[in-house]
Amino acid sequence: MIDLSVDLCGLKLRNPTMLAAGVLGETGKSMATVARAGAGAIVTKSIGKKPRSGHLNPCVVELPFGLLNAMGLPNPGAEAFGREIAEAREGGAPVIASVFGSTEEEFAELCGLMAKYGADAVELNLSCPHAHGYGAEIGSDPDTVQAICRKAKKRLRIPVLAKLTPDTTSIADLALAAQRGGADGIVAINTLKGMRILPEARMPVLANRVGGLSGPAIRPVGVRCVYEIFEAVKVPVVGVGGVSNASDALEYIMAGASSVQVGTAVWSEGPEVFSKITGGLMKFMAENGFNSVKEMVGIAHSSRP
Amino acid sequence: MLTIHGHTDEIPNVRTILFKEKLLSKPGQFVMVWVPGVDEFPMSASHTIPRLGVTYRILGPGTTALASRKPGDRIGIRGPYGRGFTLEGERILGVAGGLGIAPLAPFLELAMTKGASAELVLGAKTAKEVLFDGRMTDAGVKVHISTDNGSAGFKGLASELAKEVLSGKKFDCIYACGPEKMLVEVLALAGRHKTPVQASLERYMKCGIGICDSCAIDGRHVCKDGPVFPDSELRTFGELGKTKLDPSGRRVSI
Ligand SMILES: Cc1cc2nc3c(=O)[nH]c(=O)nc-3n(C[C@H](O)[C@H](O)[C@H](O)COP(=O)(O)OP(=O)(O)OC[C@H]3O[C@@H](n4cnc5c(N)ncnc54)[C@H](O)[C@@H]3O)c2cc1C
Ligand SMILES: Cc1cc2nc3c(=O)[nH]c(=O)nc-3n(C[C@H](O)[C@H](O)[C@H](O)COP(=O)(O)O)c2cc1C
Ligand code: FES
Repeated sequence: MIDLSVDLCGLKLRNPTMLAAGVLGETGKSMATVARAGAGAIVTKSIGKKPRSGHLNPCVVELPFGLLNAMGLPNPGAEAFGREIAEAREGGAPVIASVFGSTEEEFAELCGLMAKYGADAVELNLSCPHAHGYGAEIGSDPDTVQAICRKAKKRLRIPVLAKLTPDTTSIADLALAAQRGGADGIVAINTLKGMRILPEARMPVLANRVGGLSGPAIRPVGVRCVYEIFEAVKVPVVGVGGVSNASDALEYIMAGASSVQVGTAVWSEGPEVFSKITGGLMKFMAENGFNSVKEMVGIAHSSRP
Repeated sequence: MLTIHGHTDEIPNVRTILFKEKLLSKPGQFVMVWVPGVDEFPMSASHTIPRLGVTYRILGPGTTALASRKPGDRIGIRGPYGRGFTLEGERILGVAGGLGIAPLAPFLELAMTKGASAELVLGAKTAKEVLFDGRMTDAGVKVHISTDNGSAGFKGLASELAKEVLSGKKFDCIYACGPEKMLVEVLALAGRHKTPVQASLERYMKCGIGICDSCAIDGRHVCKDGPVFPDSELRTFGELGKTKLDPSGRRVSI
C-alpha cells in the first residue's frame, strides 16, 4: 500500500503538496476550493496588522519561464481574517497562516491572533523581496530571524514555520538561526528579487520596479537551497519554487523536503495541478518500490561518496 | 505594446481608443491596459476587428492619462483574458446599463453575422448618455432605449424595460452587462421566464491571470472564470450585488 500522507511538525497532511503563500490565499472560499482540488495543506496570503492595498499595478509580469510579481503584501488586516481562516478550513485540509511584521512583537501578536482564529500552524514571512521594511529586508539577518522565531514560538502551541529568502550568501545560516529560535520547520524558498524592463517603454514594467521571480526558472535555486538546509538543520524542510509536476516535487523531496508548496503552477495549470502531482507521485512510488514519502526524503544526499 | 491609432469622443466623458493592431479575442473578454508610468487596469474590448478598441469613462488618474495619449504613442496591452459570451440559440436579448454596452456591442454584432436575431435594451441616465445605439441599429439589432429621466425612450431602469420586452416575447438567452444591482434584477426576471442568462461582472483586478485572489467572488475568479458567468453559477454567488473586495482584500458593500 502506497501512503502519500506526511507528518509535518505534527500536522497530518493527506499528501505532501501545499498551496504556497500569496496565491489564491486572500479569501476563505478560494482556499477551500484549492483544498478540495487536492492540496494537502493551505498556506494563506501573508497577513499584517493593518489593511494594506499593496503596490500599484502593474504588479505582475508574465514571462516564458515564470512570473515576476510585486503585489506588495496586500491584505485585509489581521482582524478581518478570522472568517477567511474559518471558511478555508471547510476545505478539509490544515490551514497555515502566513504572517508578516516589522518587529518581533508584531510577528508574535499576529501569530497569537492567527492561533485564536483556528490556524493549524503559522508561517513567518521573513522573505518577501518587494515590501519595504518587511520580509527579506529583515529576514536576511540571522540574529533577527532567531529573535522573531523565538518570540513567536513563546506565544504559540501550534507549529511555527520560518520562510526564508534565497537572496543571501548562506540560506543555511538563516535556517540554523531559525532553528536556534525554536522554529519547528523551514520553508524555502521565497521569490528571487528581479526586474523586467520593456525596451519600448524604456522603463521597468512593475510599478514597484523590483519584484519577485517565481516559477520553473527558480527551481534549481530552490532545490539547491533545500539541499543545503537539509544538511544544516534537524527540523523538517518544506520545498518551494517552480514545482508543477511530480518530477519537480521529487527533486525537492530527494533534496530533503518533507513536503512541497506550489504557487505559480496554479496559474499555468489551474488548481488541478495538485491532483496531477499526487497522481504522478503515486505512479513513481509504485514503479520504484517506495511505500511512503518519508522513505524518499533526502535520499539524494546518500549518493555522495 | 500596441500603437494608438486614434481617439473618438462618444458621450460626455466617455471615449473610445483604437489601436493600430487587432486583437484576436472573444467578445466579453478583457485586456489589461498599461499606461506606462501611471497605472494598469482592466478594460473590455469594445472593438476587436479590424482594430482593438476600448471604450472607457474618464474617472481617475489612469483613464485621464490614457485620454491624453496621442496617436503613435505606445500602450501596454496584456490579454485577452477570461471567458467571453457564448451564443446560445437564435433569438437573443441584450440588456446593457451604461458602459455595459462596451463588451455587449461586439458580441451582438458577431451574433447577427451568425444569423441570430437580436434585441437590445439599452439603458442610460439621460438621452445624452445613450451609447452605441446607432452602431447597434446598423448591425440590425432592434434597440429599446431607456433613460432614468425619460429624456429618451422608456422612463425608468433598463431592468424595468427588459421586463416589458420579455413579457411580449420568448428569447433563447439573455446577455447582460451593467451595474450589479441591475444584473441581480435581470437574473430574477430571467428565472421567472425560464430563460438562460450570461452576465459580465466587474471586480478589482491586480494580476488578471487568476493567481492573486483580488477579484474573487465566492471562490471563483472574475479574471479567469469570468468576467462572463452563466446563470447556473451566478445563482450560487452569495456575494452578487452585495459585497466585493477592495484593493486590500477587505469586503465592502456594493
Ligand atoms: C473586467 C472589467 C472590464 C472593465 N471594462 C471597462 C470598460 O470597458 N470601460 C470602462 O470605462 N471601465 C471598465 N472597467 C473599469 C475600469 O477598470 C476602471 O474604470 C478603471 O480602472 C479606472 O481607472 P482610473 O485610474 O481612471 O480610476 P481610479 O481613480 O484609479 O479608480 C476609479 C474606480 O475604478 C475602479 N478601478 C480602478 N482600478 C481598477 C482595477 N485595477 N480593477 C478594477 N477596477 C478598478 C474602481 O472601482 C475605482 O473606484 C472594467 C473593469 C473590469 C474588472
Ligand atoms: C503572486 C504571488 C504572490 C505571492 N505572495 C506571497 C506572500 O504573500 N507571502 C509569501 O511568503 N510568499 C509569497 N509568494 C511567494 C510564493 O509563496 C513562493 O514562495 C514562490 O512563488 C515560489 O514558488 P512557485 O515557483 O511555486 O511560485 C507569492 C508568489 C506569487 C507568484
Ligand atoms: S485579478 Fe488576480 S486573481 Fe483575478
